[in-house]
Amino acid sequence: MSVFRRKHGSARWLALITWLYVIWSLAPVLVAVRISFNSGKSRSSLQSPSFRWYWGDPTSSVWHDESLHTALFNTLELAALTMLIATPLGVAMAIGLHRWRSRVSTGANGLMLVPIVTPEIVFGVALFLVFTELYSGVPSGMPRQLIGHITFTMSFVVVIVRGRLVAIGDQYEEAARDLGATRLQAIRLVLLPLLAPAIFASVMVVFATSVDDFVISSFLTTGASTDTVPIKIYSGARGSSTPALNALATVMLCFTLLAVALAALAMRRMSKRGGDAEGMAGGLAGLSG
Amino acid sequence: MTAALVTTGPRRRTRFWASFAVPGVGWLIAFFVVSVYAVMAVAFGTVDPVLRTAVPAWNPLQWDFAAMSDVLDRVFGGDLGTVFVRTFRFVALSLAGCILVGYPVAYYVARKAGPRRGLLLVLLVLPFWISYLMRMLAWTNLLQLDGIVNDVLQFLHLQDEPHNWLDGNWYTVVFGLTYGYLPFFILPLYSTLERIDGRLIEAGRDLGASSMQTFFRITLPLSVPGLMAASVITILPMFGDYYTNTYLTSGSPKTEMVGNQIENYLLGTSQPQTGASLVLVLMAFLFVLMAYYLYTTLRQQRMAER
Repeated sequence: MSVFRRKHGSARWLALITWLYVIWSLAPVLVAVRISFNSGKSRSSLQSPSFRWYWGDPTSSVWHDESLHTALFNTLELAALTMLIATPLGVAMAIGLHRWRSRVSTGANGLMLVPIVTPEIVFGVALFLVFTELYSGVPSGMPRQLIGHITFTMSFVVVIVRGRLVAIGDQYEEAARDLGATRLQAIRLVLLPLLAPAIFASVMVVFATSVDDFVISSFLTTGASTDTVPIKIYSGARGSSTPALNALATVMLCFTLLAVALAALAMRRMSKRGGDAEGMAGGLAGLSG
Repeated sequence: MTAALVTTGPRRRTRFWASFAVPGVGWLIAFFVVSVYAVMAVAFGTVDPVLRTAVPAWNPLQWDFAAMSDVLDRVFGGDLGTVFVRTFRFVALSLAGCILVGYPVAYYVARKAGPRRGLLLVLLVLPFWISYLMRMLAWTNLLQLDGIVNDVLQFLHLQDEPHNWLDGNWYTVVFGLTYGYLPFFILPLYSTLERIDGRLIEAGRDLGASSMQTFFRITLPLSVPGLMAASVITILPMFGDYYTNTYLTSGSPKTEMVGNQIENYLLGTSQPQTGASLVLVLMAFLFVLMAYYLYTTLRQQRMAER
């Protein structure tokens, strides 16, 4: 960053493009949120505000339409369970792959990266077929969706945590070992606290990915009782739908933003260097190499 | 496991670290590797003559390539070829859109935004936390016949009558794909642009290059790896996308992509063998991109750990 940098006309153009992009990327969602408060049935224009589609309407509001709030609970339950299982699996795998150097670990490392570049539809079809043709013992519906989500998100955890492991280096753990800690103690007392920001970042990414997933959930759903919010939004827009869909999406958005805010807060408290937006963006960008 | 035991260094230590990776690796083998193998077993298997269900061939020696050659005939010159070409066109146009909009944005936020960078970064990351389908839902609201987009265009006298945007138009699909995947495109590009050593750019300026010349001869070439990573990371899911086009065109066959065919063969008409073959064809098309990503990522990891 040069001190002598002059203000160029080009920088002003870039600023204009950037702010227009930001508005373009976010304004439609704000409109969709506003439409969820419509008092009438219109999904296209803004009407006087009400909570009709949240709880006011006796048949088709999110609160009263069973299929809508079932989808909400399914989505949250699936995301919570995915987080609980994928995170420890991924963290352990990252630690293991970081230290374990052999030809097998190189292969395992490559294998771990493949799910990240596999298009979701390939994932959906593969899981759909393996459950119908081979693992038919696994109960259909949520258990299968859960396995799918864990398989899909675990690699994100590994990549984020590995990035942090490389940044930390080995010296802290070696110091702990020199001071008499066993290997497990060194991991528990030294490594895991140092990894905390990365673990929180991956929990966020797992949660957001699971909540956002449409393809895998829809290939493995068995009908209304295991539909998730994205499936509802997808199938709802085709028929004659109401702003209740917007209300459902808005409630889901609030949950996600709340989860992200909590995790970001925890991250900031844990990491002294500040787990702010840059850390978050860095973690996400790390996913792409 | 045997290879792990013959490596140099104390055996117990190797086993200790390997044991951390085992559950995760085992999980990936059981549910990822075996699942992909199941796709092959179904594609190269047979169909029950009475029930019309798939009879997977788990033994590669019993593989039957009749269904696959049928699908390949349809891909190269048949009806599926049209769908593949259309998918390719949609992805290429959307990628062009991502580069045109995404590069300036990533460049500005990474190198020129100054004190506003933190705020802009939060705004760039925000779409990650908004459900993809909610972002598409928003556009189906806006693009209705009596929606806000038509209102604005008529107010500005850019059109006299409301235009039906959601009627199976290719440009609506390209627009939707670009809008949907731009956040995923911008972030990896941002992180590459942000890491470019500022001294190199200053050196260019000091040696008399104009800011345009510095950009085209220093910044742009140095950002190529990020541009590649960002492109790969958006192209791969776009190729398998079938919900964006379906959602924004009420399922019009005019904008059908490869993903629609796959979904339809598996969930609609129950022809899993054709669907599975099509998945393998799709994967073969994307293989180069996937391999490129794996190669560069592994190389970066090795450099970082050295």
